[in-house]
Amino acid sequence: MAKIPVQFRLNGSDRAAFVGPSDNLLTLLRRGLNDFGPKYGCGQGTCGTCTVLVDGDLQLSCLTLAATCEGKHVETVSGMAEGPVLHPLQQAFMDHFAAQCGFCTPGMLTAAKALLAANPNPTRAEVIDGISGNICRCTGYDAIIEAILAAARGGQAKRTY
Amino acid sequence: MLEFRKDLFAAERDDNLNIVGKGAQRQDMPGHVTGRSPFFDDHAFEGLLHLKVVRSPHHHARIRAIDTTAAERAPGVKRILRGADVPLNKNTLLSLINFGKDDEPTLAVSKVSYKGEPVVAIIAETEQQALAARALVRVDYDVLPHVFDVEEALKPGAPVVNETYPNNYFEYHDRYDHSKLRFGDVDRAFATADFIVDDRYQMSPIEHAPTETNGSIAAPEQNDRFVVHSCAQGLFFSLGTAAKILKLESNRLHFIGGTVGGGFGGKVDSLTEPLSILGAMMTGQPVRYVLDREEEMLYGSPRGAERIYIKDGILRDGRIVARRIRSYFDAGAYTRLSSYAAIKCTAHLPGPYTIPNVSADIYVAYTNRCPSTAMRGFGITAVDFALEVHMDKGAEACGMDPMEFRILNAYRDEDMKAHRRVAKNTALIECVQVVAEKAGWPLSDEARRQSSLTGGGGARALIPATPIDDNGRIGRPETRTGPATETLPAGAMRIPMTKQPIMEGSAEARPTPAAVPQYEPYRPTPASMPPAYQPMPAAPPPAMPPTAATAPPPAAAPAPAPAQPTQHGAVRFSSVFGTRRR
Amino acid sequence: MPIEFRTASTFSDAAGLIAGDRTARLLSGGTLIMRDINEGRLTDGLILRLVDPAYRQINLSGRVELGAGVTMAAILKRRELAYLHAPAQAIGGPAVRNMASIGGNLFAESPYGDFTVALLALDAQVMVMQGFGAPRAVPLEEFLAGRARGGQGLVTAVQFAPPQNAADFRFRKVSRVRPKGLAVLSVAAHLPMSGGRVSGARVAFGAMAPVPMRAKAVERVLEGKALDAAAITAARAAAAEGIRPVTDAIASEWYRREVLPVHLARLLSGQD
Repeated sequence: MAKIPVQFRLNGSDRAAFVGPSDNLLTLLRRGLNDFGPKYGCGQGTCGTCTVLVDGDLQLSCLTLAATCEGKHVETVSGMAEGPVLHPLQQAFMDHFAAQCGFCTPGMLTAAKALLAANPNPTRAEVIDGISGNICRCTGYDAIIEAILAAARGGQAKRTY
Repeated sequence: MLEFRKDLFAAERDDNLNIVGKGAQRQDMPGHVTGRSPFFDDHAFEGLLHLKVVRSPHHHARIRAIDTTAAERAPGVKRILRGADVPLNKNTLLSLINFGKDDEPTLAVSKVSYKGEPVVAIIAETEQQALAARALVRVDYDVLPHVFDVEEALKPGAPVVNETYPNNYFEYHDRYDHSKLRFGDVDRAFATADFIVDDRYQMSPIEHAPTETNGSIAAPEQNDRFVVHSCAQGLFFSLGTAAKILKLESNRLHFIGGTVGGGFGGKVDSLTEPLSILGAMMTGQPVRYVLDREEEMLYGSPRGAERIYIKDGILRDGRIVARRIRSYFDAGAYTRLSSYAAIKCTAHLPGPYTIPNVSADIYVAYTNRCPSTAMRGFGITAVDFALEVHMDKGAEACGMDPMEFRILNAYRDEDMKAHRRVAKNTALIECVQVVAEKAGWPLSDEARRQSSLTGGGGARALIPATPIDDNGRIGRPETRTGPATETLPAGAMRIPMTKQPIMEGSAEARPTPAAVPQYEPYRPTPASMPPAYQPMPAAPPPAMPPTAATAPPPAAAPAPAPAQPTQHGAVRFSSVFGTRRR
Repeated sequence: MPIEFRTASTFSDAAGLIAGDRTARLLSGGTLIMRDINEGRLTDGLILRLVDPAYRQINLSGRVELGAGVTMAAILKRRELAYLHAPAQAIGGPAVRNMASIGGNLFAESPYGDFTVALLALDAQVMVMQGFGAPRAVPLEEFLAGRARGGQGLVTAVQFAPPQNAADFRFRKVSRVRPKGLAVLSVAAHLPMSGGRVSGARVAFGAMAPVPMRAKAVERVLEGKALDAAAITAARAAAAEGIRPVTDAIASEWYRREVLPVHLARLLSGQD
């Protein structure tokens, strides 16, 4: 099967890889480049745990053909922290217990990052819409919503439970 | 918002604890928020191969022929696995604790018993190649009649779902087609009741839908071992299962897990581990087998559906004097954990209430549906739902407030439960009181004064005389209703299960008991005050005092045990599961 | 033959490739084709990407023309298309809205395809290119009727006349999960008013047939009437005419039939 060369930026670094014509971006990231941040949960755009940013736009990497990523900038959860310093959203998720099994967390954080980039002061309803493409089966979402709101407020809010 | 109510059970908990009641950061949280927590699929391997299975499109069918020649020649295909490649192609999960017979193949050979049952496994260099080759496998089926309804499945002449259990029910104690509970005389008590409340409850299967689907990666490791990255909720349970199916010494398997992307009970079945390890054994390369979302939802084993019948006998003053339950667990095509679910259900009955006469028959029925398994309180949650709905109906029947009705019938410390253990640390009364308070639900002063700590025991601690029966002997559906065969005297604690072996062969071929079973007398704790709670004015005297010396009790475990000689192999005893030959 | 991937830079290149290869499928947002690939339903054939800038263009002068590659998110960014924000917002979460295109939505199988329901109530036309000729306008209803046959060519855009009064256009999607879930059903209605009476009613249902459908009986009973209680009662009574809902994981046929008149009435009476 003919392989297709792809060059793109991943979390600020230039990467190159050969991909199959039907490979999705998630497979490229995980199996080609060992970035295990984004996860496989459904392969059909329902769960959101594979969510990444492509040129700043939220996208589902399982529904993105890898070959179409030539020249793009892909950002995943693996690039959120600056070395040992957590992104404010990551810190807020920790402070608010916004993860249980942790499997949806990469997608949730990425969706939250895109939301706050476009709308730094979201209402609760806007936060809910912002993560509406991401399924969490453990937490019941409340802690996640509180964490995102707290991060938007500059992490001032304290846990209320 | 969590609230500690120190006014209740003040002596129960030390306030000076380091962790309880205080916030503590979880150890795995930094990994979760940075995306570095190592789930089973988050491991890189050179030469990783991908496994996909061909599944049955039929609910029930005989396999006439399997043709994999085209798939073998497809691009990227490294190996095709069939039932004959599986070293021990029949297993039941709880065989690791000697409970139940091996009944489920890893890959179906002669027939399929549910839609989605794995038949052939394809191992290829990429997932896409495995999927493409999967479409080339030809399986020739003879479609058989199927059965989906638990009660239909138990009727004579129903299609045989699972050849290991040819009557479509799990066999308890090698003797009965159901799990039995007998405590007191429900029939006599129903005759004394002022109200009879009788109803049927039907649950649906529920899929756990974890965000991470079931899967595993197995790879050859040094020292002739295999490393297995697994999503299993019970890692060593999965290791033992894989070792048995693959006929490997367990020290040749190095399981790594513990980071599970949501399980809720759906990751205890070792759905993928045996095949990915077998694939690694056959190819000498790492093999990854992950269910896709559709497989997870359709074939990833749900919480089993249950059908529950409840009949209560209630006195005009609100006391429940008898409760009879008949329930059917839908195991699907194979046992998995349903046999255990039914035992949990039996042990839970009649719910958190003190009822002097209780009888229950709990069946596990095989149907041509996806095998069901564990899920959060399985065996308990569904019957609790049914019981609590039934409590509301009971309250309505006798014209009582449903909260007060529960307080009146709630168990209390020192009460005897139907399975003949003394209730301890009960708190239903306090829970109902707090719920009523939070909901602004008015309770009478008398109901508010009640406490789980007082009023239990005494007469409520006695075991009534109990008629026992031989209904539901294996292979004899006509015995499902029959008269009592004898009455256990009041105070009989339990019938010790036999330590004697049971002979191989049919139920009829078993040795007959040589001696009358021994009943262990129960020695009640010093009687405390009987409950003084009189919720309704002018209640007529109880028609069926739970203390009646004439009343009889029973056996948590059914059945007088055959006492008999020749011992073939070791026999194990478990108070939960009964005997089982090894 | 495994999957092959190619990029076309113009409409006519793409239309030519599609005309010459029966296996060719156009990759737009990817939400349908990639799912088929991931789940093993699509294992060979030509996957074509189109990078013609016109494919993603929005033209608002006079008749509205939306390139088939325009995404739900792109529609949500245009104030002038406010009447389409409710159906665009109804398609998935933010990531899906960034990917899913209106052209792809025309091919989404029930219970998906809610945006197409809105286009149907706007009397949209689908611009289809076959081979190297100029695009031909096909009424959406006709396009949907022939969809299952396939082989229509390349969808380049959809066109419609914008509602004169944005308030005349209404849309409602009913899901069991909020804010995002699959459709139990969806309803779109364009009810232009003339002298206090409906004139030129267009009503469409989603998840009520294998493809989005016009509710012609409802249109008939509303035509020429004031939108009052009597008209709404008549619309309720006519709602079920011609519907063929299915039982799926979201809802049973029975349930869909039961609740359709209720939601239609709420839409017509302006209730939430």
